[in-house]
Order: sequence, then structure tokens, then C-alpha cells
Amino acid sequence: MSAARLRLWCRGVVQGVGFRPLVHRLAADLQLVGVVENVAGAVRLDLQGERRSLELLVRRLPQELQPPGALEPLAPEWLPPLVPAPPGLRISAASAQPLGAGLLAPALAADLAPCPTCLAELHDPANRRHRYPFISCSQCGPRYSIATDEPYARAHTTLADFPLCPACQREFDDPTDRRFHAETIGCPTCGPQLQWQGAGDWGADPLAAALALLAAGGILALQGVGGFQLLVAAGDPAAVARLRQRKHRPAKPLALLVADLEAIAPLVELSGPERLQLQHPAAPIVLLRLRPGQREPFAGVAPGAAALGVMLPASPLHQLLAEGFGRPLVATSGNRSGEPLCLDPAEALDRLAGIADGFLLHNRPIARRLDDSVLQVIERRPVLLRRARGYAPQALALQAPPGTALALGGDLKSAPALALGGRVWLAPLLGDLAGPLPQQLLSEGLEQLLERHGPRLVALACDGHPGYASHQLEVVAARRLGIPLQLVQHHRAHGLAVAAEHGLPLPLLVWACDGLGYGEPAGTSGHRLWGGELLWLTASGAERWACLRPFPLPGGERAMVEPRRAALGLLAAAGPEALGHPGAAACRAAFSPGDWQLLQQAIASGCNSPLCSSTGRLFDAAASLLDLCQRSSFEGEAGLLLEGLALQASLPQVAPMPLLPAAGLELGWLDWQPLLQSLLNAGVAPQESAACFHASLAAGLASAAAQAAGRLGATTVLLAGGCFQNRLLLERSAAALRAAGLVPRWAEQLPSNDGGLALGQLWAALADLSIKK
Amino acid sequence: MSDCIQLAHGGGGTLMQQLINQELRALYADPTQVLHDAARLELPPGPLAFSTDGYVVQPLEFPGGDIGSLAVIGTANDLAMAGARPLHLSVALLLEEGLPLALLRRLVASMAAAARACELTIVTGDTKVVERGKADGIFITTSGIGAVQAPTPIHPTAIRPGDQLLLSGDLGRHGVAILAARHGLALVPPVLSDCAPLWPQVRALLEAGVRIHCLRDLTRGGLASALHELAEAAVVELAIEEARLPVLEPVARTCELLGFDPLHLANEGRFVVVVPPQARDQTQTLLAASGGAWIGSVRPASKGARVLLTTSFGTERLLLPLSGELLPRIC
Ligand SMILES: [Fe+3]
Ligand SMILES: [Mg+2]
Ligand SMILES: [Zn+2]
Ligand SMILES: [Zn+2]
Repeated sequence: MSAARLRLWCRGVVQGVGFRPLVHRLAADLQLVGVVENVAGAVRLDLQGERRSLELLVRRLPQELQPPGALEPLAPEWLPPLVPAPPGLRISAASAQPLGAGLLAPALAADLAPCPTCLAELHDPANRRHRYPFISCSQCGPRYSIATDEPYARAHTTLADFPLCPACQREFDDPTDRRFHAETIGCPTCGPQLQWQGAGDWGADPLAAALALLAAGGILALQGVGGFQLLVAAGDPAAVARLRQRKHRPAKPLALLVADLEAIAPLVELSGPERLQLQHPAAPIVLLRLRPGQREPFAGVAPGAAALGVMLPASPLHQLLAEGFGRPLVATSGNRSGEPLCLDPAEALDRLAGIADGFLLHNRPIARRLDDSVLQVIERRPVLLRRARGYAPQALALQAPPGTALALGGDLKSAPALALGGRVWLAPLLGDLAGPLPQQLLSEGLEQLLERHGPRLVALACDGHPGYASHQLEVVAARRLGIPLQLVQHHRAHGLAVAAEHGLPLPLLVWACDGLGYGEPAGTSGHRLWGGELLWLTASGAERWACLRPFPLPGGERAMVEPRRAALGLLAAAGPEALGHPGAAACRAAFSPGDWQLLQQAIASGCNSPLCSSTGRLFDAAASLLDLCQRSSFEGEAGLLLEGLALQASLPQVAPMPLLPAAGLELGWLDWQPLLQSLLNAGVAPQESAACFHASLAAGLASAAAQAAGRLGATTVLLAGGCFQNRLLLERSAAALRAAGLVPRWAEQLPSNDGGLALGQLWAALADLSIKK
Repeated sequence: MSDCIQLAHGGGGTLMQQLINQELRALYADPTQVLHDAARLELPPGPLAFSTDGYVVQPLEFPGGDIGSLAVIGTANDLAMAGARPLHLSVALLLEEGLPLALLRRLVASMAAAARACELTIVTGDTKVVERGKADGIFITTSGIGAVQAPTPIHPTAIRPGDQLLLSGDLGRHGVAILAARHGLALVPPVLSDCAPLWPQVRALLEAGVRIHCLRDLTRGGLASALHELAEAAVVELAIEEARLPVLEPVARTCELLGFDPLHLANEGRFVVVVPPQARDQTQTLLAASGGAWIGSVRPASKGARVLLTTSFGTERLLLPLSGELLPRIC
């Protein structure tokens, strides 16, 4: 009999996933004594018993931990046994550390949709939690959204004020119970309660009041997981129209909440992997292609779009609502146009007063704001379009170079990232830094991160655009702390993010296609606004091999919301014949004759008409010429409508995209003029033109990449940037690259738009650093 | 070319004497006055304000004004922003070889008229000529002295949370006029610069007994930059309401079309005034005649010195100062 004492630090996803109960169960099995405690994001074991039993524990832990739990490699430390041995096995609560803005909270787990066992209990009339909207266990329930402090423990969540009733306490203390140390435990006796604010005296049954409101076509404000949501009946076009009008959201697709997938299965293409993603504990919105012939099955929900966003209930409360209503519901973020989600019931009652007809509230406060995550399945693999609830704050599944570094990402879709101990954390999407709240969260979060990691930080990174708020914040921080600041060119960062995610070594070719990013033109004649760039990413930087032929954007930033301006810029760059072409009538008609002339004069005299090589603006131009969208009410509207239209076409024509020689570029400009000519051609149906646009662009990108790859000896081509969230463009580009013998890769775990920019910035900063060594 | 400025005009010889005596005399209130190197001034008792500014605007003439009127009114307005009645100005002219004399004559006449409008006198001056290519036609520097009439110091440090912000008139006309002239844009109807003396409005406020905490004229960078400078200097948060900002329809339409924000466009005859809450209504009444309006209020800088704009939708966004290059931020 050889007594031994083991100290084991367990890192990874180990908090809020039933890890300590697992340790407790194993340790009790193996007759070990000692302490298990949460410490600074990890779980520390200090156990004593037979050496063989301790070794068995080290082997069994990684095997028996259920997803989403995940353990990093263990490094056992053997200590002299304590005499006398500890009296028993104890799970200890560590002291609280305020989480603050909690932008990046490596210690915490993401919020999880109800597990099958909890759902069964929810539906079991004999269970004491029958129809209890806050049922959860050690495998499911809210986590990050209710965390107020670290490490994860009930006292460090917004459930701290709900003392357990004797029945719940017994479950919590019983190592054999599935709610042993389930920090979110609660029941109708001791846990949070629903509350109704709205018409009708429903006091006793808030859920019934909410369902009655929805059935009557009313707009329901629901206190959801990471913030308020607005719900209406998806099958009630008048209700949907009312929601759109009150929310000032005229056209952007809305997502559906359904209790089960059979309700929508006849309308959409639903593959096995898509089902799996829908049923994932993160409960994301999954974009599902409409079946052929299905055009807008729910009027006004996703006008003109090729796909429908669908999600399963993310919480037991959503489950009860969705199944109680029995038909699809629209679920959209509970905010006023341009503002962040409401968190607090009082705030919601005030700010959503002009939108919602009733409020389904509860008394479990939301501690941090999380939007619904969005993904689509490409080639049977999930591709995240928005990474927030259910994913954040978990680490990305990739290996980072050593070194602690922080990157702030972009401005429009702010999501900073932290590299620490070979792992990377990406903050949940904060939103647009033009808003006071996102900017405040970012600057507070940055301060806290600097306080915590400052001494170990080897690099700070941000975008090169001097007007970005993130850039300005980081410049100040770097100066104050004396840490080197890396300004990472926007499209290099987009490319590096994909390389990092797939663990691909440099050099690599990337087509970075997005809206607009701050460029680094060689010489003074080049344009600053990039967005369609073929880059050769090397360890030391990026060589620009080709870009879209530049065209002016009359009105500068106004062109971001008015596709008609991109079209005018394209026509003006093409020449007088294009401007006067009958095929440009739709774009011309979108302006008054005076404005049409004045903007041409503005372009000619260089009045706020910067040149750009943006793929997103090329999409805009095509959408304007086809009269799909002259002014957009949300980002990416032109591309979404163009894709929706293209999917109605047969096999498209392909216009050539030749390369024109251009100073400073190995291959030159990818010319859109032949494509423009074919868009102007009046003899072609609009859906054929839309399909031709996607096919020609994909073929043009692939052919330029193939030329560069041939000369560089490259075999892989990365497809990066927001434009590749367009599924048709991505799939066609990937196919064209494969046909040219190349291997395409794209972002999957993180958005390919600016929401994933910070990862690329981190990579650039850490790589630049290792070169300098 | 005798109808243009030549290098010899700055040489100190007869040509220079001719230039001063024939072309520049009109600047002075008393054209018969014998000029000397320095002016001797009789000043009223009490504190004085003293200010200087350089003017380099292009084009030199624009709808509603020119570099000459701007150079006089601009410095007079800087004095008014200290609560001072403008009294006297000095003028330094930097002329480029080749500047048409006819243009110079028009600018001089314009300066003289502006001086009369501001009720100040130009008392001394200097003229230099530089080679072709070394200046952009004409640069003007003016310095001015004024008599402070405000009973308490008018300064950003006098700003307090709770104070009210008012604007003296509509926004953006000067910026639009300059843009149109610079780029040959034929605006229908044309937009004229707002270039105008500010002292009459300030005097009206002082005479009515309004306790002015701070004044700031809107020049380059427009209202947004002016508010940022105030917020940072006073360490406060300024909250303004978009719907309250007076912008004339042709200006709003042109800004919208050309992609400019009226809040960022230059003005030459507008100011923001910060007053204690109890003076708000009176100030508004006094400014209303000239198109002025209440636009917002001062709050404690709980999240740092910043400027918030409540949009017409009722949502808030941060109003950022113009950062050098005008480049879209959006990806
Ligand atoms: Fe981008
Ligand atoms: Mg000055
Ligand atoms: Zn569960
Ligand atoms: Zn209970």
C-alpha cells in the first residue's frame, strides 16, 4: 500500500461543464481524498490516495469528460502525502474575481441549450420541474450570459440571490445525482420566475399571456439568454410587417424559431450536417437553402433571400414558447435600429415600448450581452457567420504560436481576440464601434485585459485604418505600456485568419474579397480603399499580385448604403458609352437628372469620390444595374438579393475577366468591363445576369489565382473576407479553383467578415515578432 | 505684365509705393492717414483680447465671400469668442507673383467692407511678394485687438455639467459653398457662405445679461470638431440632438448627395454658446431671430470626454471628430 499525493491543474473547457462533479465521482470511486477547486479559469486537484488509483484518475479524466468539456494535456505533479490525510473529499468554492466587461473570459463556458434529459423532465408531468422554464443541469443551461465573477460558481452568477430549497440542495450535494454541483440548479420553489407585462390580467400564467399575444398577431419582447428578443408569428404577414415597421428594419432577413424541424422541413433543404448544427447545444441560427420553387414561404420574413435562418430553442423558456405556439415564430434581436440588445427588463420596457405589445420577463438578470450566432453549412462543414451565443467565450480549436498578444479586430464588427498559452479566444461580436455602448465595452474590456495580461503581453495588434476607433484605442494603450503595436493591413489579416484556423504554413495565396479595407498602396498613385485583392502571404508580409480594376465611389461613405452610387462609379470608369447605355437605365433612373450630372462632375473633379477595388461594391453595382437594390437598408443586402436571384437561373453564361497590366501588381487589374457589358445587355433575363455575375467573378478569381499559383508554385488558395459569406460565390469559387488543380480553404470556426479579423491580426503580430528574434 | 503682381512690387522701390498708395489705401478707415510702421492706439480701459490667424482658402473667391472678407471677419470672430468687441486689426498680405491686380483690388475692397461691417479699423499692415509657385495667389494674416465686455471669463474651463448648448445659426453653408466653387459644381439654387461677423449676436447676449460660460466659433472641422475640443478641454460629455440641428434644405441635400456630413463642414459665421441651465430659454429667444437653436446639454464625463449624438430615430451614436483623411470606415 503506497500513499501518494497528486496536484493536477486541469485546463481547457472545464468550468460549467460538469467537470468537478466528474472528478468527484471518479475520486470517490477510487477512494481518494482531498480538494477540487476552480482557480483562475482552471480546476486544481489536490488529491491523496493510492498511487495506482491516482494514476488511473489521470488516465480516465480525459476519457470520461463529455463535450463540450475539453481538457488540455495533463502534467501531474507528485507531492509528499499529507499526514494526517485530509478527512474526505471536498469541492471548494474559490473567491470571486469580478469579470468586468468580460470581453474575453478564458475561464468560462458558453451558454448551452437544454440537454435531452432536461427536455424529458420538462415534459414529464410527474417531474417536479415539469414545465419549469429555468430547468438546467451540469450539462446544460446558461453560463457566460449570467456570469458576474470568475471562477464559475453559483455565487458568481446572477443566480447568487436564489438560495436553494432543501430538495435542490439535496441534489446539489449528492455525488450520484446528475445535478451534483450543477451551479444553475433551481426549481419552481426556489428558482427564477416568469413575469408578464402587458395587456390582460394573466398574472398567474405569464407564458399563456405571451402565447395569447403571439396568436393575436402581437409583438412579444422576450427576456432571452443573452438579451431581449422580439417575437411574432412567422405565418402572420401583417404582424411581421408591423415588426419591421416599428423596428425600422424594412428588408433584412429575420430568423425563425421552431420547436421541431418537421415544421420547416418541406420548405428547405435540410441535410444531415445541417440537422446536427441545428441540434448543437449552441443552438445557432442555421441558414437553410429554400427548396427549388419555394419563394418566400413566410411573406416578409426573408424577402428575396435564397435561404431561411432557422433555430431551435436555445433555452427551456424558448422551448415552452415555441412548442406552445406550435408554429414557426420570428425571433429577432430586441433592440431599436442601430442599438445593442436590451439586457435589463427596465431598459427593455423603456426602449422597446414603441415596438413590443407585451413583455415576457423574469427575475434572473442577464449579465452579458450575446447576440444569436449564425452559421451555414458548406460542403457538409459548419461555417460561422456570426460568433456569439453558444460559442463565446470558448477558445478556438487551433494552436497559436507561443506568446501573449491582443488584437482588436475591425470597427464595424468589433470582436477582439487574445492569444495566451498557445490558445486563442475570440470575443463575442460586440457590434459597431460607432455606437457608444460597443465602444465603451471595448475600451473597458481592453483596460481590464491590459491590467490582467499587460506584463506578459508581447504584442498589440489592430487595423491600419487611422480612423478606426479600435486603432486609436490601441495606439494609446501601446504607447502607455511601451508594447510594440502592429498595424496589420486589413486584407492580410483576413487571409492570415484563414491560414491560422487551418494551421496552414506560409507562404500562401489568398483572395481577400470584402467591402472596404484600408490598403497600403505602393507609391502615391495607388488607391487606399481595397476589397478585392490577390495577396501572396509570406512570413514577413503580403505581396499584392492582383486586385479588381479600381472604380470611383461618388459620395465616399454614402456609397456603402447606396448601390446606385457604386454602379454610377463603375459606369463612369467604363466611359461615356456605358453611362449612356440603355442597359444602365435602372441606375440612371435612381437619380434625378441633376444629381446624375452633379455626381459625374464630382467624380471628374475628384470630389469625395475615392477609387476602390472592392468586391462588395462590385456586387452593389450589379444589384443596382439589375434594379434589385438602389439603396440598401442593411449591410450586404445587394449581395443577398443578387444571390437569391441567381439561384433561380439555369446554367449561367460566363463573361471573361481579363487581367490588365497595372503598376506595382505582378498580374495587374482583374477587369470587370466585359462583365459590365454583359450586365448591360438588355436581352438577358435578370436571374441569368445575376447568375452570370457570380459565375464570372468566381471564374475570374480562380483564373487569376491559378496564374499566380503557377508562377509561385502554390497549391492552396485561401478565400477570405466578407464576400465569401455569399454561399454561391464561395461554392463557385471553390469549384473553379479545384478545376484548376488548386485546393481552396476558407474560414469555418470564425466569420470570414471583419468579425474574424482579430485572429489574423494576432497571427501577423506573433509572426512579425518571431522574425525579429 | 503691369496688370499683375510682379516681384518688384515687393522690392521696396517705387512700384511698391504705388501698390501701397493706390491699391491698399482702401483698407484703412482714413485713407488720408499718413502710414507709419506701427499704429498708435487709444484703447478703452479694462481687459483686452488679442488674436491672430492665417488665411489660405481656395478658391480665393467663392459664393458669399472671399479670402479678404474671411481674413477680417475670422479674426474679428475670434475676438468675439472671448466676449470682446473687435477694435483694431493688422493685416499682412503675402502676394504671389502673377496675382491679377484686379483680383487684389476686389479682395482689398472686400476687406474694407468687412472691416466696416465688423465696426473695426485696420490700423497697420505689411505686404510681401513671393516668386511664382511659392504661394497660392495670396495668403493673408490678420491680428486683432478687442475690448472684453463679458463680466466673467469665457473659457472651456467655465463649462459645468447641466449647462446648455445653443447654436447661433444653420450649419454647413460655408463648407458647401467652398466645395462647389472648388469642384465646379453647379448647385441649383447656389449655396452662399455663411461668413458673417459674430459680435452683434454675442453683444446682444451680453447686453441681455446672459451669463455666458463659453463660446466657440465653428470653423474647420465644423460643429463636430468644435464640440470635441470643448468636451476635451472641459472634460465633460456633450449630448446633442440631431433633429435640433438647423441645416438648410439645399445644404442638407448637397451633403447627402456628395457624401458630406453637415456636422463636419466648415462654417465662418456660426458659434456654439454654453450657458447655465437657467439662461437657456432667454438665449434661445435672442438667437432665434438669426436662425439659432438649442441643440443639447452638458453632462458629467462619466465615460470620458465625448460627444454623443441622439439620432432622429432616438438612438445614440458617438460623434467622432473628422480624422484627417475622409475615408469610409465601413468594411
Ligand atoms: Fe473586411
Ligand atoms: Mg485664431
Ligand atoms: Zn440538462
Ligand atoms: Zn429548488
